[in-house]
Amino acid sequence: MRKKLDTGIKPSEITPEGSYLNRRTLLTAAVAAGFVPSIMSNAATLPASGDMFQDVKKWPDSTKEKVNTFQDITTYNNYYEFGTGKGDPAANAHTLKTSPWSVQVSGEAAKTGTFTLEDILKPHSLEERIYRHRCVEAWSMVIPWVGFPLADLLKRFEPTSNAKYVQFVTLNDRTQMPGVRQPYLEWPYREGLTIAEAMHPLAFMAVGLYGKVLPNQNGAPLRTVIPWKYGFKCCKSIVRIHFTDRQPQTSWNMAAPQEYGFYSNVNPEVDHPRWSQASERRLGGGLFAARIATQMFNGYAEQVASLYTGLDLRKNY
Amino acid sequence: MTQRSVVIIKVLLWAGCLAPLGLLVVQAFGFAGGLGANDVETILNVCGKTALNLLLLTLCITPIRRSTGINKLVVFRRLLGLFAFFYACLHFLTYALLDLGLLYPLLYGPTAAGTTPGEQLLADIAKRPFITVGFTALVLLIPLVITSTRAMQRRLGRNWAKLHRLVYVIAVLGVVHYWWQVKSNTDAQPLPYAVLLVVLLGVRVHHWLVNSKAAVPPSYQRVEPPQAREKTSH
Repeated sequence: MRKKLDTGIKPSEITPEGSYLNRRTLLTAAVAAGFVPSIMSNAATLPASGDMFQDVKKWPDSTKEKVNTFQDITTYNNYYEFGTGKGDPAANAHTLKTSPWSVQVSGEAAKTGTFTLEDILKPHSLEERIYRHRCVEAWSMVIPWVGFPLADLLKRFEPTSNAKYVQFVTLNDRTQMPGVRQPYLEWPYREGLTIAEAMHPLAFMAVGLYGKVLPNQNGAPLRTVIPWKYGFKCCKSIVRIHFTDRQPQTSWNMAAPQEYGFYSNVNPEVDHPRWSQASERRLGGGLFAARIATQMFNGYAEQVASLYTGLDLRKNY
Repeated sequence: MTQRSVVIIKVLLWAGCLAPLGLLVVQAFGFAGGLGANDVETILNVCGKTALNLLLLTLCITPIRRSTGINKLVVFRRLLGLFAFFYACLHFLTYALLDLGLLYPLLYGPTAAGTTPGEQLLADIAKRPFITVGFTALVLLIPLVITSTRAMQRRLGRNWAKLHRLVYVIAVLGVVHYWWQVKSNTDAQPLPYAVLLVVLLGVRVHHWLVNSKAAVPPSYQRVEPPQAREKTSH
């Protein structure tokens, strides 16, 4: 019998939606009345969907390339839990309930347990990072994420020296996600990184996009962004973070091991078995835009190449 | 079926066959929802799927003729087949010209990238099985298109039917091309095409088994009076 993934959320820990919404209203009112400093209120609460985050710093190393439109970023998605068509997540993800939300932290770490979304976000100040996003299907976009460094979050859980890898798991709920009733992939969606990759300054935990709360189809309420790897290495709608000493299973590797490896670094010299990875279509350029050459590590080689010195990237695709 | 109704149906078929292209043109100008974030992929998908749809539709004509007895339906088959080729050409040209940008070095000068689009195209056709298969299907359509006229049909006689059996190979190659292109093996999108193809080919195999003289022992073969000989169709 397949082992069910224990999400570890005790019913007592689930904040009733009524009081969650009340807390938000109270807190916003408290800010307005000057009782709570605005920086704390920014981090402690998520604005209602569609509202802007306040006090978001701009990351100085954002790419200067043309940013894709909000329309394109939120209507062209791979989120098979809501259907395999690119437009399916935008059409179907409205059934995803992003509040209340908890993340279970488990494995080789001192501070494991279940954390509400507010606990996760509270200490972090938000910044906007504009990253290139390269899909394994050979298209790419430039996306202005809002979030904070993944390392800052993971350090709070105090991973032990046995934690060689981190695994991330997406929500797997048949009632909210029509796609999980089909065997498109092994559900729940699993992804993983080495601890060094997860702690790298470029690894990002995103909660927003274009200054607003993440739309459901982009992986609300929180998702990783690993810009030097193919897009499927990111994990959307995270419900579990697991520190482990073994290389964790990842869903696309389970589906087609000869096509999708654990590392999946963007690499123009290592083709997908069925298509070339030497170039990509940068979306938003119009019908007559030429493809662009794919860069090693998606153009982040200077920052991340040192993670892989000595590693044969063709064998470890 | 009267000549007038044939004309009316052909006009409707022309409209139906041109509709997907018409919609793409409208969307390219930003109406009817636009072409979406990946405009080139949208055009590729619509042209490819329309080509497959029309090809499978041509394969439906004979089974429908046989079961309903409306032999006249065959007059619509060439129209649908030629439009299938039309969309297959558009699909290939979109890939070569818009996706790979075959003409861009001529228009904009050479790029810094390693291979030219022309080299990339040849490499794709040779190295990527799903593209090899798709390109083969397109090339195999050419002799069928050239021999689609009634004059050619007369000139080739019995060989015409034999040549046009290539359409079965082409249909299989087309479905395989689609299946090998999708990212995940469990992506259901090509499945209806595969199922329909299996059904349409299966119906033909069944007909051939039941009706070929080799299948029926001589003592059971009917002796037909000359004027009642069945009109053969392939």
